[in-house]
Amino acid sequence: MSVLVPRTLQDALQATAANPSAQLIQGGTDLMVEINFNHRKPTDVIALRRVDELKSVNIDIKNSQITIGAGLPYQQMEHGEIALHLPALAQAARTVGSPQIRSAGSIGGNLGTCSPAGDALPVLSALNATVNLQSADSSRAISIHDFMVGVKRNARMPGEIIVSTTLPIVSGWQGYSKVGVRNAMVISVASCCLVVDRINGTIAVALGAVGPTIIRCRETESWLAAQVDLKAKTTVSPNLLQEFGDRIATESKPIDDHRSTAAYRRHAVAVLARRMLTRANAQ
Amino acid sequence: MNSNSEIYSLTVNGKTHEVRDSWVGESLLYVLRERLDLPGTKGACEQGECGSCTVIMDGQAVCSCLVMAATAIDSEIRTVESLSVGDSLTEVQDAFVTEGGVQCGFCTPGLVVAIEHLLSQNPDPSEIEIKEAISGNICRCTGYGRIFEAVDKAVSVRKAKSS
Repeated sequence: MSVLVPRTLQDALQATAANPSAQLIQGGTDLMVEINFNHRKPTDVIALRRVDELKSVNIDIKNSQITIGAGLPYQQMEHGEIALHLPALAQAARTVGSPQIRSAGSIGGNLGTCSPAGDALPVLSALNATVNLQSADSSRAISIHDFMVGVKRNARMPGEIIVSTTLPIVSGWQGYSKVGVRNAMVISVASCCLVVDRINGTIAVALGAVGPTIIRCRETESWLAAQVDLKAKTTVSPNLLQEFGDRIATESKPIDDHRSTAAYRRHAVAVLARRMLTRANAQ
Repeated sequence: MNSNSEIYSLTVNGKTHEVRDSWVGESLLYVLRERLDLPGTKGACEQGECGSCTVIMDGQAVCSCLVMAATAIDSEIRTVESLSVGDSLTEVQDAFVTEGGVQCGFCTPGLVVAIEHLLSQNPDPSEIEIKEAISGNICRCTGYGRIFEAVDKAVSVRKAKSS
C-alpha cells in the first residue's frame, strides 16, 4: 500500500492521472471507518487534506453564486459569509456529527461517498448546485442531479477529483432540518431542505435518507406554486399545509433499515416539510 | 510527499517520531498507542462517535481514529500526554478529580483534550458552548453533570489566576 500526500491541486491531479484507481481520501470520516473495521483495504491512497486550493471559497455577489472548495471543513460553513448567503447549508453543516467531525468532514467527502444520508446533499439538490470536477487534462461541471446516480454511487470518473461545488445565492427563506436519535453525532434518519425563491415564485424541497439518492419533490413543488403566490409572503391555510406534507411523504421512497422504519421516515419528512414551510412564511 | 516506504515521521507533542514496520493504512489512534507508546489517547468506537480518541491536530480537535496516520506527516499533533508538566495537573484535570468528573475514566482523556481546546479559544464559555464543545464526547458513567461542574471550576480557577 502507498499513501501520497500532494500539496497542490496540480500534484494531486498528476497523482490521480498516474494511478486513476487510487482511493481518494479527504477528511477520512467515512473511509477510515471502513478501513478500521476491515470493510475496505485500499492498495493506494491519495490524501487531499493538504491541498489548500480545495479549501478556497469564492463569493461572487455579481453573479449571485458561491463556489466552495470540496475540502473546506463544515466548521467553516457554520457561521460567517457562507452562512449569511446560504443559511440552509450553514444549518446542515451545524448538524454534521460533532466539532471533531466538522473540523474534518467536507462537501467533497459527502459527494465522494454519495450516501443518501449525507447532510449537505439535500441542500445541494434543493439549490440545483453544480459539481466541479477536474482531471489532469480536462475539467467539467455537472449538475448535482446528474452527479448522484445511486446509493453510494456517483458520476466521478477514475482520475477525476471533485474540486468544488457552485451554489446560487437565492432571495427567500431557506432551511434544513433532520431527524435522528439525538442532537449530536447522528446520521440522519430523515432530512429535508426547503428553499423558497421569492423572485421567481418557486419552491424547492429535497429529501435525504428516504431513497437511494436525494429526492427532489418536483410534483409537490409545482403543485404548491400553483396554489399560492410564492413571490409574496402568504399565509398557507392549515388544509393546504396538511396536503403539502402528505404530498411530500408520497414522493419519498424510504426503506426499513437498522436506523428506522419506512413508515416513520415517511411521517418524518412530512412533518419536517410542513414545519419549514410554516417558518418560510412566518418571515 | 510519498509515504509508501512504510517509514514516515510524525510530530507528536513537539517531538519527531519515526513510524517503522507499520501498515500505512493504520489510524493515528492505533499508531499513537501501539507504535509510539502514547496510550493516553483511548480507543473505543473507532468510527468517530465516542470522542475518546480526541487529539489536537494543527490546532483543531479531531478524532484520531479517523485520521490515516501516514497522511498526518506534516501536522502538529498534541495528545493528552502533552497537557501537564511532570506530576502537576492542569486546572481542567484537577477540576475533573475534585468535582468527581472521573468515574471509570475511559472517556476522560478525550474530554480533557476537548475542554482544553475549547478553553484555549474561549476562556469563559457559556453553558451551551460547553455542551456543544463536548457533544462529540460520550461518557456512560457520570451523566455529565459533574463534568460540567468540573469545567465551571476550571474556568473560575483560571480566571482567579489571571486576575
